[in-house]
Amino acid sequence: MNEQNLKPDSSDRRAFLKAGAVATGTALAPGVLLFGVAQARAPGEPASDKVRWGMIIDTTKCASGCSDCVTACNTENGLSGATGPQDSQWIRKLNIRHLKSGVETSLPMLCQHCEHPPCVDVCPTGASMKRADGIVLVDRHTCIGCRYCMMACPYKARSFVHEPLTDQNPEVPRGKGCVESCTFCVQKVDRGENTTACVEACNAAGHKAMLFGDLNDPQSEIAQTMKTYATTEVRADLRLNTGVRYQGI
Amino acid sequence: MPSQEFCLSPRECKPGQFWSLLAVGGLVMLGTLAAFFYLEHHGHVMTGMNNQIVWGLPHVFAVFLIVAASGVLNVASIGSVFGKKMYKARAPLSGLLAIAMLAGGLAVLVLDLGRPDRLIVAMTHYNFKSIFALNMIFYNGFFAIVGLYLLTLMDRRLNHWSKPVGLLAFLWRLALTTATGSIFGFLVARAGYNSALYAPMFIIYSFAYGLAVFILVQSVMYKWNNIQVDERILSRLKNLLAIFIAACLYFTAVLHLTNMYFAKQWEFERFILLDGGIYPLLFWGGQVFLGGILPLVMIFSRAGKSPATVFFAALLVVLGGHFQMYVTIIGGQAFPLDLFPGYAESSSFFDGVVHGYTPTIWEFLLGIGGIATAFLITTAAVRVLKFMPQDDFKDIELEAH
Repeated sequence: MNEQNLKPDSSDRRAFLKAGAVATGTALAPGVLLFGVAQARAPGEPASDKVRWGMIIDTTKCASGCSDCVTACNTENGLSGATGPQDSQWIRKLNIRHLKSGVETSLPMLCQHCEHPPCVDVCPTGASMKRADGIVLVDRHTCIGCRYCMMACPYKARSFVHEPLTDQNPEVPRGKGCVESCTFCVQKVDRGENTTACVEACNAAGHKAMLFGDLNDPQSEIAQTMKTYATTEVRADLRLNTGVRYQGI
Repeated sequence: MPSQEFCLSPRECKPGQFWSLLAVGGLVMLGTLAAFFYLEHHGHVMTGMNNQIVWGLPHVFAVFLIVAASGVLNVASIGSVFGKKMYKARAPLSGLLAIAMLAGGLAVLVLDLGRPDRLIVAMTHYNFKSIFALNMIFYNGFFAIVGLYLLTLMDRRLNHWSKPVGLLAFLWRLALTTATGSIFGFLVARAGYNSALYAPMFIIYSFAYGLAVFILVQSVMYKWNNIQVDERILSRLKNLLAIFIAACLYFTAVLHLTNMYFAKQWEFERFILLDGGIYPLLFWGGQVFLGGILPLVMIFSRAGKSPATVFFAALLVVLGGHFQMYVTIIGGQAFPLDLFPGYAESSSFFDGVVHGYTPTIWEFLLGIGGIATAFLITTAAVRVLKFMPQDDFKDIELEAH
């Protein structure tokens, strides 16, 4: 009898504990998960293919005389900002004018972080590579400076370092004789800031024409924007599935 | 051992002149090395190359040498694979020139790298999706196979292997030139490239450039040894060269005609054929006229049977080949990428404008270093081994009938 009496008691307790655990878990899990995403990756931890970093650029908000994104990129990555034919430019303001209508548009052009990047395909040593999270980078240790990737890039997004460099940003190693391009500020992304210098500068200037985020996360602002507004890939005919999309063109 | 023992004939043994030839080649190499170290120290900022024209004059010389290297082996292939005796006598020289020119071309490519010190990285890290990486395998394989082929040709005990190894070398060189042409053919985004025609077209170019180089070298060697080239031999070589030149012109015409069929290519064709500044001039005047039509006219003219005419016709083909490479490599890059079709583009990064390129002396010195490398290897090899063509005129008579 005693045993019979005990049984319902213990099962109640178990049910209570279970319910409590589920409730606590439900309450904490998103926080823990968000905490996990927001934190910098541990050294040695590989980038995750669950994430695909991307950018949407609203050309209707991009001011034609403004080059804050370019300046911010140069400062963040230690570029001189010079614009001679041999100088590196990771992001540039491109002005386009429709030949028939005459409509003019200004937009930033940078590495489009393609899903199928031609620069990665052609690189003989594998120095041009795409991380699991979609960021296209150049491995500074294995780039031999053959410049075939520059021939292959449809966006003219890459630069070759033509002369010795001084006063580099330690977080962004660059080197004479290697090819380089926009890294989506990978140092900031890996720190867990999940933004880029150009996007920050655009927001600071009040234009808010650039949006950076995880295309794979349905809840992210960038994914929501992609779902709501028509966006275009530059040279969509090449089917490279670019990580950078444009609105308003 | 007295050096005379290595000579083909006592007349050939002119040690003083041999050393002076080496000195000339060595002097050019010295200039090349000076340019290399200068650029290695200061960077490519001292060249005319930039972020728009990323491949410049060194690549013109290098790609010409690599394409001609595979083509020059054809002389041997006609002998070994297709059993023509007259060509078989020329097979060792043909194989030697193939190795020497490939070495020269590759030397230029390596010396022009942004990080030539990382050559070992290129040799140990392969991205097999890259046609460049595959080319490295083709180039290294070419050295090995042609080296082996030379051995079977020159060592009597191995002679019976020369046919199968020659066949392998022939197939390998076709694959190699296909891959070299594909370096350009696979560039999907650029109007000047992105055509499957590049692979067969480069093979045809290689036939002409390689044979022209062979004729030049053979002429100089004959002259050096005061030997008159047999009229029948010369006649066959020049007729073959004429066929190759005509085939080059045909492929060039087909490339541009197919491009003209595609509306999106009109602007580029207009640029390269009509109003692109120096490029149409180099195309029509250099590649088509000097490198194609003029040598054809010379070969089929009344004076076409004289060794001098054939020599100059071959020289023009080589010159035209360099013009062709300049138009293909530099002209193809000078035309701006079209990111937004239907729009006019402008930026601080030279979007939408024709890209300028003025080569410097350093690039020229790097480029001719390739020729000097090939020259030095050939001169030294011809001196120590029997590469001089040895004709049996009875065979030639028989083949003629």
